[in-house]
Amino acid sequence: MSLLQVKNLRVEFPTRRGTLVALDDVSFEIAPGEVLGVVGESGAGKSMTGAAIIGLLEPPGRIASGEILLEGRRIDNLPYEKMRRIRGREIGTIFQDPLTTLNPLYTIGRQLVETITTHLPVGPGEAREKAIGWLELVGIPAARERIDSYPHEFSGGMRQRVVIALALCAEPKLIVADEPTTALDVSIQAQVIAMLKTLAREKGTAMMLVTHDMGVIAETADRVAVMYAGRISEIGPVRQLVRHARHPYSQGLMGSIPPLDRRVERLQQIDGAMPRLSAIPRGCAFNPRCPRVFDRCLVERPELMDAGTTRASCWLYAEGAPA
Amino acid sequence: MSAGPMLEVQNVARHFDVSKPVLQRLIAREGRRTLRAVDGISFDIPTGTTLSLVGESGCGKSTVARLVVGLYGPSFGKVLFDGQDLAKARADSAQRSRMQMIFQDPYASLNPRWRVVDIVAEPIRAFRLLKGKKAILARVGELLTQVGLSPLDGQKYPHEFSGGQRQRISIARALSSNPEFLVCDEPTSALDVSVQAQILNLMKELQQRLGLTYLFISHNLAVVRQVSDRIGVMYLGKLVELAPAESLFERPRHPYTRALMEAIPDLEMTGRQRIPVGGEVPSPISPPPGCTFHPRCPLANDRCRVEVPVMKAALDGMVACHAVEEERD
Repeated sequence: MSLLQVKNLRVEFPTRRGTLVALDDVSFEIAPGEVLGVVGESGAGKSMTGAAIIGLLEPPGRIASGEILLEGRRIDNLPYEKMRRIRGREIGTIFQDPLTTLNPLYTIGRQLVETITTHLPVGPGEAREKAIGWLELVGIPAARERIDSYPHEFSGGMRQRVVIALALCAEPKLIVADEPTTALDVSIQAQVIAMLKTLAREKGTAMMLVTHDMGVIAETADRVAVMYAGRISEIGPVRQLVRHARHPYSQGLMGSIPPLDRRVERLQQIDGAMPRLSAIPRGCAFNPRCPRVFDRCLVERPELMDAGTTRASCWLYAEGAPA
Repeated sequence: MSAGPMLEVQNVARHFDVSKPVLQRLIAREGRRTLRAVDGISFDIPTGTTLSLVGESGCGKSTVARLVVGLYGPSFGKVLFDGQDLAKARADSAQRSRMQMIFQDPYASLNPRWRVVDIVAEPIRAFRLLKGKKAILARVGELLTQVGLSPLDGQKYPHEFSGGQRQRISIARALSSNPEFLVCDEPTSALDVSVQAQILNLMKELQQRLGLTYLFISHNLAVVRQVSDRIGVMYLGKLVELAPAESLFERPRHPYTRALMEAIPDLEMTGRQRIPVGGEVPSPISPPPGCTFHPRCPLANDRCRVEVPVMKAALDGMVACHAVEEERD
């Protein structure tokens, strides 16, 4: 059974000028121990999906329809207090900026111990030992001495390690990581990714990894979901998606990444920009930018369908598509 | 256009005084503290070519960008623009109009209260390049077309544009004084990857069409490979390697350059186990003695811990590394 199921999720933002649909009919599953990468450009709805799962949508955003199930139990309609228990205990979160995740007034030890004692049946002494163990595991040198330091006494990379320890210390089954390495320098980013990957594998933790960096996804994820304008445009195994993307948007996205191993005269580019939520085109939302657009794309919205190695929401893979 | 290099940077340094106030210093019995953001670097950029500087945050690459357009003065060393001392060149508006800068954040670098037409026309007016509203308007339309926007976009405000379009406006503004030398400080790092490709393609086209010289600052090696003729790698205020783009990628010499390349997650290498470089960039206020990279370097020995390496010719580039010099690499 899958650990997390998201079924036909729709998130709306009521505004004075009408209701904006930020997520529309998003469905996917994550198996225990699996890493699902979620990619897309800014405004595609990747962070919004993560926020909806952990029950932290910014008001006035709300789940208008659809279901989110954790181990078969619905969690999208739980009261705040119950959801708070699940957050931390069963779903850990890692955000982009470690400074806003950590409380600057408490030592990192106190924050870790509090999280552990809240969620696990252990006393303060044991919790402290566990906390030191976690800090060692995420690669903080001299963890025993540094546990009583404040967040500002750590560098950015070290702080993100503390955040990861904090997300993992209650031993959740799922981690929602929103751009966990974006604020870090490349050499530190590589250290953190390698560590996240090992930990997830060792502990059997599943992960939803939201990022705009395809390189990070290619290295870490088992499966990838590509989002565009609030919908999943393609989902499939990472190798297939990176090497043989089926949806023209995914193809463009992969093609526009500058290659490291050679110089190209002209980079492949996707013309135009993603539509605003208030002006999503009729039919397929990608149709104004799509190089392979045909008449059906302009009027009918495609659902995810079998596209060979992946599933793509693109009419090219329906019957009767132009060759 | 002269035959010599567009820009020569000779042993330039920029230090910042980050001491506490005098009284606090006296009470705590502390000395002055200096941050050596840029600590003696030299390079030149031949006319019509692109030199890129790469490195992690805090390595001083943006400070170099500001030094070469005169936004900072050097603490010591010399910057020559087209053979003339930069301070002198800056004093002459005809010379000053030949250099322009493009900044990282297109949300912060455009005045939100100005229409695009005024933003793009500002350098034309400031340098008095054209007279008459009509001529200026025509020129702005031409510039907007050149960067892939419509002349009608001139009547809009910056908030009506996406990030990529805003960066196009920044480029149009930079081009409006007919510059020959453009300093681009992370021009695409705030942009999505598909839009980044648009901007990089545009910058390459403009270089070919207008014969521009670029100093390109970036932390992204893959981007740098696409645009550069030569690449300088910076670490803690110093250049550690300077080489033609192709040889730098084919045969990186300095251990830090190699570590940087090793650190990049690569699409082609799905599932590859990488060995990330350990440790972090030390504080530039109290850099380690000797080679500043030695605490993280797999090749470091006793010499590296005490003696500062200098840039020496190696193959078709230059490297500052004892290990490379001694062929221990």
